[in-house]
Amino acid sequence: MSVVLNEPGFLVDPEPVRSRGGFVWQTIRRRPSATIGIVLLSLVIVGALLAPWVAPYGLHTRVGPVFGHPSWSHPLGLDDGGIDMLTLLMWGARISLVVGFAATLVSMLIGGTIGVLAGYFGGKTDVVLMRITDYFLVIPDVPLMIVVAAIWGPSLFHIVIVIGILLWTSTARVIRAQVKSVRERVYVKRARSLGAGHTRIVLRHVLPQVAPLLIANTVLTIAVAIFDETALSFLGLGDPSRISLGKVIENAFQRAAISSGAWWAIVPPGALVAVIILSCSLVGGALEDALNPRLRVAHLSARTFRLRPLVGRGAESL
Amino acid sequence: MRGADYVIKRTAFAVITVFVAVTINFALFRLAPGSAISNLSRVPHATQELREALKREFGLDKSKGAQYAIYLKQLAHGNLGVSFENQQPVSHNLWEALKNTLPMVLLGTVFAIVFGTLTGVIAAWRRGTALEGATVTTALGFYSMPTHWLGLMLVILFTGVLPTGGMANDFLINPSFWTHLKDVLSHMVLPSLTLGLVLYGEYTLIVRSAMLETLGEDYILTARAKGLKPWAIVRKHALRNAMLPIATLVALSLGYIVAGAILIETVFSWPGIGRAVYDAVLQRDYPMLQGAFLLLTISVVFFNLVADLLYFKLDPRITT
Repeated sequence: MSVVLNEPGFLVDPEPVRSRGGFVWQTIRRRPSATIGIVLLSLVIVGALLAPWVAPYGLHTRVGPVFGHPSWSHPLGLDDGGIDMLTLLMWGARISLVVGFAATLVSMLIGGTIGVLAGYFGGKTDVVLMRITDYFLVIPDVPLMIVVAAIWGPSLFHIVIVIGILLWTSTARVIRAQVKSVRERVYVKRARSLGAGHTRIVLRHVLPQVAPLLIANTVLTIAVAIFDETALSFLGLGDPSRISLGKVIENAFQRAAISSGAWWAIVPPGALVAVIILSCSLVGGALEDALNPRLRVAHLSARTFRLRPLVGRGAESL
Repeated sequence: MRGADYVIKRTAFAVITVFVAVTINFALFRLAPGSAISNLSRVPHATQELREALKREFGLDKSKGAQYAIYLKQLAHGNLGVSFENQQPVSHNLWEALKNTLPMVLLGTVFAIVFGTLTGVIAAWRRGTALEGATVTTALGFYSMPTHWLGLMLVILFTGVLPTGGMANDFLINPSFWTHLKDVLSHMVLPSLTLGLVLYGEYTLIVRSAMLETLGEDYILTARAKGLKPWAIVRKHALRNAMLPIATLVALSLGYIVAGAILIETVFSWPGIGRAVYDAVLQRDYPMLQGAFLLLTISVVFFNLVADLLYFKLDPRITT
């Protein structure tokens, strides 16, 4: 791949880039890490979706002794109630993902709306909304979640709302910055002078430009939401009637899986959460990097110590 | 003096944030379904008179506004209420817990800052090599693990080698100072290591991306054109400028560390502030929970202020 250098610090890709979305897609495809992330995430999602049909045993059926060892019929062993761990993991991932996606949706709606409003209208609206965001940004979310969850009482719905209303701050800021720059572009001004209303400009011209960033942010927020759900469950604030991955870890911890030597009851659920968070970070990080052109230039790199293009090569090995 | 304005502005913001947090704190617990006396589970046949007396005692017969005024006044005097659980003042309980948390958290943080900066710089410098790949993968791995799960993994790995719970061995009777110190330190290793590893992942990633941004600047190209040694460029030109976001992020994360300690202290039964929050949740000890939340918020706001002022001090370009 040839790269034309026309001025220091600028890399010009000879392939014509048609749209921003296409460009993002290309970058993702070139990055092995993003592909790994997408594959892992899809595997987990498919496994969780198919749980009712492919899970080997019932979610509430006792199939063997307490903390039964892994065997051919139970590859991941049994938990403190003699329930198959593999089954638990599939159903647990289902709940964890639902919480992650739902909470992220709530936070995207709040953060996206505030970001677009503040960025688009500017002026007083901007100042007021951003001041509110600043306060929310500073107040530590995990303790506040704990307090709210403890007061409201444990339920899946409460968990989703609590996580959702505390995660939107970074989204709002990122989106606002992007909207601010889009608003000043010529085609938006042109549309305005042609008499387009605010709603039309926002929906037709601003949102499509902000969308990739919003998606990158969404993927990263899902990871945080799932982490928070796991943490809340571990502290006994999860929904007792729904088994999420966090709940599986909590159960194993509370019923002394470690002192019983039943590592299989505690290692896989946490590892699965780590895999979900890792793959979300990989995908989200790749998207964000693709949208931040500053990271693709390096004047100083290892070994060869020569100005070299990193677009097609090393830069992708995140 | 440059930017006395800025300092005042940021400090005012911090004070207002604390005030907002105090208000949220008040409102949250008042909006909770039922009041402190509507659920007298310990007195099954409470009479109407008893309820009224209790209401008066707790000041619940006054209007919400008056209650808020009383709350603010007591808070200004440092009165955080009395713990339901052990009938001690909440401020006393929190102070005792904080004394246990700080050394553990500091040890982990120092570990993370030292190693995170080191590997982050190396990863950025050796960009595109297998070394960078390995470093970033490890960092992302630690960053992705649920904190409490990582702690549990360390417990499984180190059972029998290091103590995995509590802060000191209760069976040592009147230990000498050194024995006691050694004992506490050995108990501190695993919780600190858990915190250190999680933060290590985060810091490595932050330092790496800050360094990568700096390495893309034109003055690095200039430095190279002048024929400076690569290490000199990394140290004097890149790292100095990358320190700006790094210092801020470290200061920011310091505030959250105290909050993050909740999970770690629960796993290792470390009698600190996080464990106090966990116990307060289990016992529904609302005054404790309220006090702990306030303390955690103030610590975050404080370190935020430190980060802002640090940024201002480090970056002469900031004027407002």
